[in-house]
Amino acid sequence: MSYLALTEADREAMLEEIGVSSIEELFVDLPAGVRLDRDLDLRPAMTEQELTAYFEELASQNAPVGAELSFLGAGMYDHYVPAIVDTVLQRGELLTAYTPYQPELSQGVLQAIFEYQTAICELTGMDVSNASGYDGTTVAADACFIAKHATGRTKVVLTEATNPQVRQVVRTYAPGFGLEVVEVPHRDGATDPDELRAASEGAACAIFQHPNFFGVLEPAAELAAAASDAEALAVAHVDPLSLGVLEAPGHYGCALAIGEGQSAGNALSYGGPHFGFLAARSDFIRRMPGRIVGETTDAAGNRGYVLTLQTREQHIRREKATSNITTNQTLLALGGLVYLSWLGPEGLREVGETCMALAEHAKNRLGLPLLFADGTTFKEFAIRVGRPAAEVVRDARERGVHPGYALGRDYPGMDDVLLVAFTEKRTAAEIDRLAEVLAEVQAL
Amino acid sequence: MAAAESYPDDLRYHPEHDWARLEGDEAVFGITWFAQDALGELVHFEAPEEGAIVSKDQSYAEVESVKAVSDVIAPLSGEVLEVNSAVTDAPETVNEDPYGAGWLVRVRLSDPDEVDSLLDLEAYKQHLVDA
Amino acid sequence: MKLIYEKSRPGRRAGRLPDHGLPVPDVPEELRRSKAPRLPEVAEPDIVRHFTELSTRNYGIDTGFYPLGSCTMKHNPRVNERLAALPGFRDLHPHQEEEGAQGALRLCWELQEVLAEISGLDAVSLQPAAGSQGELTGLMLMRAYFGERGEDEQRRKIVIPDTAHGTNPASVTMAGYELTPVKTDPRGNIDIEDLEGKVDEHTAGLMLTNPSTLGLFDENIEEIARTFRRAGALMYYDGANLNAVCGISRPGDMGFDIVHINLHKTFSQPHGGGGPGGGPIAVAKRLEPFLPVPAIVRRNEGYGFDYDRPQTIGKVRGFAGPFGVFVRSYAFILAYGPQLREMSEVAVLNANYLLARLRGAYELPFDRLCMHEFVLSARPFKRERGTTALDVAKRLMDYGFHPPTVYFPLVVPEALMIEPTETETKETLDAFADAMLAIAEEAAEEPDVLKGAPHGLPVGRLDEVKAAKRVVVRYGFEEHPDLSGQPAAAVVQAPKGV
Repeated sequence: MSYLALTEADREAMLEEIGVSSIEELFVDLPAGVRLDRDLDLRPAMTEQELTAYFEELASQNAPVGAELSFLGAGMYDHYVPAIVDTVLQRGELLTAYTPYQPELSQGVLQAIFEYQTAICELTGMDVSNASGYDGTTVAADACFIAKHATGRTKVVLTEATNPQVRQVVRTYAPGFGLEVVEVPHRDGATDPDELRAASEGAACAIFQHPNFFGVLEPAAELAAAASDAEALAVAHVDPLSLGVLEAPGHYGCALAIGEGQSAGNALSYGGPHFGFLAARSDFIRRMPGRIVGETTDAAGNRGYVLTLQTREQHIRREKATSNITTNQTLLALGGLVYLSWLGPEGLREVGETCMALAEHAKNRLGLPLLFADGTTFKEFAIRVGRPAAEVVRDARERGVHPGYALGRDYPGMDDVLLVAFTEKRTAAEIDRLAEVLAEVQAL
Repeated sequence: MAAAESYPDDLRYHPEHDWARLEGDEAVFGITWFAQDALGELVHFEAPEEGAIVSKDQSYAEVESVKAVSDVIAPLSGEVLEVNSAVTDAPETVNEDPYGAGWLVRVRLSDPDEVDSLLDLEAYKQHLVDA
Repeated sequence: MKLIYEKSRPGRRAGRLPDHGLPVPDVPEELRRSKAPRLPEVAEPDIVRHFTELSTRNYGIDTGFYPLGSCTMKHNPRVNERLAALPGFRDLHPHQEEEGAQGALRLCWELQEVLAEISGLDAVSLQPAAGSQGELTGLMLMRAYFGERGEDEQRRKIVIPDTAHGTNPASVTMAGYELTPVKTDPRGNIDIEDLEGKVDEHTAGLMLTNPSTLGLFDENIEEIARTFRRAGALMYYDGANLNAVCGISRPGDMGFDIVHINLHKTFSQPHGGGGPGGGPIAVAKRLEPFLPVPAIVRRNEGYGFDYDRPQTIGKVRGFAGPFGVFVRSYAFILAYGPQLREMSEVAVLNANYLLARLRGAYELPFDRLCMHEFVLSARPFKRERGTTALDVAKRLMDYGFHPPTVYFPLVVPEALMIEPTETETKETLDAFADAMLAIAEEAAEEPDVLKGAPHGLPVGRLDEVKAAKRVVVRYGFEEHPDLSGQPAAAVVQAPKGV
């Protein structure tokens, strides 16, 4: 199968217009030494029907969240995605457009991004949001780049209770940025503001996740103050679905707020594509990476939207740009906007409260020792299961339940710890089932 | 409103389209009509701090239009005494009056002899023709 | 039209949550949200109509011809959307155990294999989220490779031609390298004389798009490769224009060590109004140890992740990459199989056909057969009647087409960069050529028609200066400014596209 449209007659007429006798002649500029003198070694072309059968077979070899009762979280969450998100994202005019370079033909995407930026600013309490970053890890690297140039400092601080993948991505970017990375350990599941303050001396920024990777609420305002005391930019890495319940980072002194947008209306999709969000106080607007949409008018005074402050970007500033990002995650950010519009402020609060209520109920119902007994948690928490957690996962999955994420792979000494997540999609009956299965496999 | 093309004869010019007006051991810097015309309406002036040391032929600031960003090159070396806040607040002042209200910084010169290497009006006009 | 926030009414809502009848625990007061975010309060029909109306104010490939140069705006097959939405893919948690994700891992592994074959290289990482992140990853690999050899301190320079996408120099800075620009010669190739003096023991590598952003294949690619090889430097291939040469010439065979592949260009992941994309990289064997983790490997017992890569640069994004993009692009590749060669041939045929039809009416800065795209200049119009590439672009909208990329590459004044792709009919190409020819006549005879374009769209040309000076980047609710009274500035000619 192919998606080509030319007939034989078309091809002949076109070659004649060009003035060559074969397609081969069009490639005259390619030296013989760099040409492939055989067919690509790929399996024969497939029809749509064959493709469908093959991909259905591949898909059937996976266990998605609907096929087993899943309590997996650890950064990606099985929240409900309403049908309306699919409806909007499959509109061909939006799905098959590119970056809105020509605003007269792109008011749909431009206005949607402006509305998205507004939603992110409202959630985070910030002044400016970009049009999206790749995911919740790369926006942390972006934040470090902003902070380095805003402060002239070359050290960045991360809390150990921040998502391990976020920390690893920052460490990967750091040498190129000329940055040194320092981590502040957690104390019983949360970060000590005094330790963060000490580490932030001479630092460009301090990044903390809240609720943190263990699901525990950090002393967020104190952490932001601690970073600011040391004149480092305070950066909160937040879950958008927590922000109906938890205070906005802009309201407790953060300079930047970043996060993973997946929980807001994006499918799990085995890790992507999703969107990362990055919002800041207005002081940092000229240091923001990526696209930003601004409002303006045409000559007749009609309101319209354009890509603005583009001199920050690579196509104009080249080696001095604030980032190399070009293609971003607009469609997924649009999914986030549709989802947040569907929820509204009440719905957002209710999602957060529902997750908290289910998680609190589960704490009691499971009756297993909490890793961190003192902290308030949001939608997930860590428990000790008395056996290697990886084995508990294996045995529970044989019973149709995925009980959570084995924390030992990221944190030494936590081999018997599971991180268990509760979205609004779970029910009390499903928690009963989890309790039953955990009791069963613990005894193995 | 953009100014009409002009190049005053009381200024000294740098080939990167910057000018200096000498006032004793101080000088005022700006960009030429040619530079502002090439950039278009300015929307941002990234000014140096007062007290900053600037070096001849090196960038000391940035000016931006919506289509381009340009380093501003110091025609002479010295210390920044004053930044023109009228331009910081309203960068289009440079387009309106590049040699008057649109000046950028006032500098105390550290090496007044450097002036000898700058272009006079005739030499700068020839430079524009050649470029 | 109104913003969705302007349609909001207190108390209105769409989504409802199930009531689990469980008590809500207290949030400590100092952490509790003090003031609710002002998200839209709208009913479901409002949302559907709002976004449907927005979609009518947008132009996609589904709407019509979209010859945006260097962006490869080809047809997006709908079966790929259906496949990516199969629950076994869409609802698969990325922390699922390997045994529970064998189909997904197999898909990733097979995609790696076919990308290695297409690029002519040995190993692939699917992780980078987009082309520019692939670039940065590739440069990190160079640093790791030279670091291993004790040459990282010495080799600080990356050579980039002046026709390059802005992402290349931006990536160089982000990787901590320095830029060495090299000129383009009168035939549109890298200027070999300029290059000779710039490649030495301080050079880490070259970044090259081939065919270039001029749509020209560098005729001296073998000599260029020898130059870098002699200097002990590496070669990076920017795959933005891979659509010209699939199955015809492979970057690995040209001498490149690292390649990124834009899945959203060559392999038809829908562009989504700006994203998502995918930017896998393929590398030569000697660079494989440094690839990001996890690697996706095939073992006797099945497919899995390999984190045990002691020399890895680390991780450039979460998990194994944008999996949904992989599903779509792999389906696209399987649909063609070895006929990917024909895909590229037709892309090149279409571009040359348009070039043949337009060459008399527009200036052609490099007079050669082109590859999958070509660059014209509107400079004569500007000289004669004051109309510009931007005016041509806006006037094309009146004829129902999306404009090409304009004002890029920077080495061509008044540039119009046209990439038709392989999926268009001859009738569409002819209609576009007819429109371009008609506009060329208008430019000579009725320039004001161009300067007033576009007509009849939701907005006319927008005031970008005002947007940059007033900087309104979110809705301000009660305090939202009214910009309509502000004086308008001239419309600006700046790079649009790529």
